[in-house]
Amino acid sequence: MCGIVGLFLKDKALEPRLGALLSDMLITMTDRGPDSAGIAIYGPSEAGAGKITVQSADPASDFKGLKAALAKKLGVAVSVSVRATHAVIAVDVAKLDETRTVLKELRPGVTVMGSGESVEIYKEVGLPQDVAERFKIGAMGGTHGIGHTRMATESAVTTFGAHPFSTGPDQCLVHNGSLSNHNNLRRELVRNGLSFETENDTEVAAAYLSHKLATGSNLGAALESGLSDLDGFYTFVVGTKSGFGVLRDPIACKPAVMAETDEYVAFGSEYRALVNLPGIETARVWEPEPATVYFWEH
Amino acid sequence: MPTFDLASVPLRDLNQALHAVGAGANETEFEVINPRGAHAVAVGIDAPVRVDVHGSVGYYCAGMNAEATVTVHGSVGPGVAENMMSGTVVVKGDASQYAGATGHGGLLVIEGNASSRCGISMKGIDIVVKGNIGHMSAFMAQAGNLVVLGDAGDALGDSLYEAKLFVRGEVKSLGADCVKKKMRPKHLALLADLLAKAGVTDAKPEEFTRYGSARALYHFNIDNVDAY
Repeated sequence: MCGIVGLFLKDKALEPRLGALLSDMLITMTDRGPDSAGIAIYGPSEAGAGKITVQSADPASDFKGLKAALAKKLGVAVSVSVRATHAVIAVDVAKLDETRTVLKELRPGVTVMGSGESVEIYKEVGLPQDVAERFKIGAMGGTHGIGHTRMATESAVTTFGAHPFSTGPDQCLVHNGSLSNHNNLRRELVRNGLSFETENDTEVAAAYLSHKLATGSNLGAALESGLSDLDGFYTFVVGTKSGFGVLRDPIACKPAVMAETDEYVAFGSEYRALVNLPGIETARVWEPEPATVYFWEH
Repeated sequence: MPTFDLASVPLRDLNQALHAVGAGANETEFEVINPRGAHAVAVGIDAPVRVDVHGSVGYYCAGMNAEATVTVHGSVGPGVAENMMSGTVVVKGDASQYAGATGHGGLLVIEGNASSRCGISMKGIDIVVKGNIGHMSAFMAQAGNLVVLGDAGDALGDSLYEAKLFVRGEVKSLGADCVKKKMRPKHLALLADLLAKAGVTDAKPEEFTRYGSARALYHFNIDNVDAY
């Protein structure tokens, strides 16, 4: 069992409240998975600007002097904003790959959580309430976001086993369920040049979608092909720079409720997660169909 | 009429009050407001009380119900009226998966749609769904009646025993050993009675198709011995 939530805003007026609404939804889902929690927030992106979210077990020493060290090595301006164990490095989008390479040399203890033009990913072991407070998620604005609270069934309870998983630029995935063919699929994806941080099944699903997106599929088509290639139980919520998607396996035993108004599209593992959203009383509320791709784009 | 506002009163207070109703009690009508998707609302009632829930609820609403009439003025999460013994449960909105699962008796009416596995392993309950039902509904259903005014999803009645299924709309596919059956006068009378009990006035029994077990899975077929 896990709890997943997602919120895709259509109304710009709600954007400053994205973090507050999403963390409230996630905290409501605490009893579906109390071991770790994570949130991906898609913030406003500026042309040419890129960002990398990194994590360290020793943030005090890893993040100290990181800005100056990166700027020196890359020869461009860099900013580093630290939030507890995570930091967001802002750099020219053209320098994202180089920054990741340089980062490995400068700070071998630092792990990249996600990168792109818009996404920031925060995840840790602990209750959603504590994780949201540690990273001050409630104060963040953005256009869309997804969250996950985990009760582990596959792989260890660690920061890296927590969701969301990101394996491509501005892409991330949260998952309720368990995949049964992830080891085989991981081997195939490794042969295609993808690399993995964990033994986790969800990371394989995220990498699979990233691979599909990198080879010409849009989000809808990538999810559609997942129906035949991914075996197991899943309700997925997926984020891209401009989009938000939902997919359930054909058996659909992992719960899912959606709500749509003129202001937003929202996803929750349970209706409880949606009850504090503005206008929920008059929203169209429905259960997403099995084996059916849903996606919205800005 | 006692009202329980679940925004301020713990769920346990409501359920304990409902369980405390004894024979000849004066208070037999209860109202629940602000359920906000709560789980296990009005479960385990064993008295002829009336409960009106205003709003949508989560898992297992009215589970194990006996004698009571529970009406949800909203939608319900998974497992509404699971293992119901008797009484009536009415859902004004939609129901999530496995509505009425393993129910032994009573009547469950869903005025909207029910999703997958509606009436799974039902053992005598009557279920009337005014909208559509999802896939794998009435899986291994043993006894009772499932009436659907709309359409049914994939694999209806898979591995069915003796439950009777009546569908007015399309059936996407039938499960293993579930077949279309002839509607006899006694089935028309049964259906007319169920529709009346569920307050359906805009559907005629003749518009439905009956499905049931072909009973081909009841006994081991010696021709399959090599498969084991």
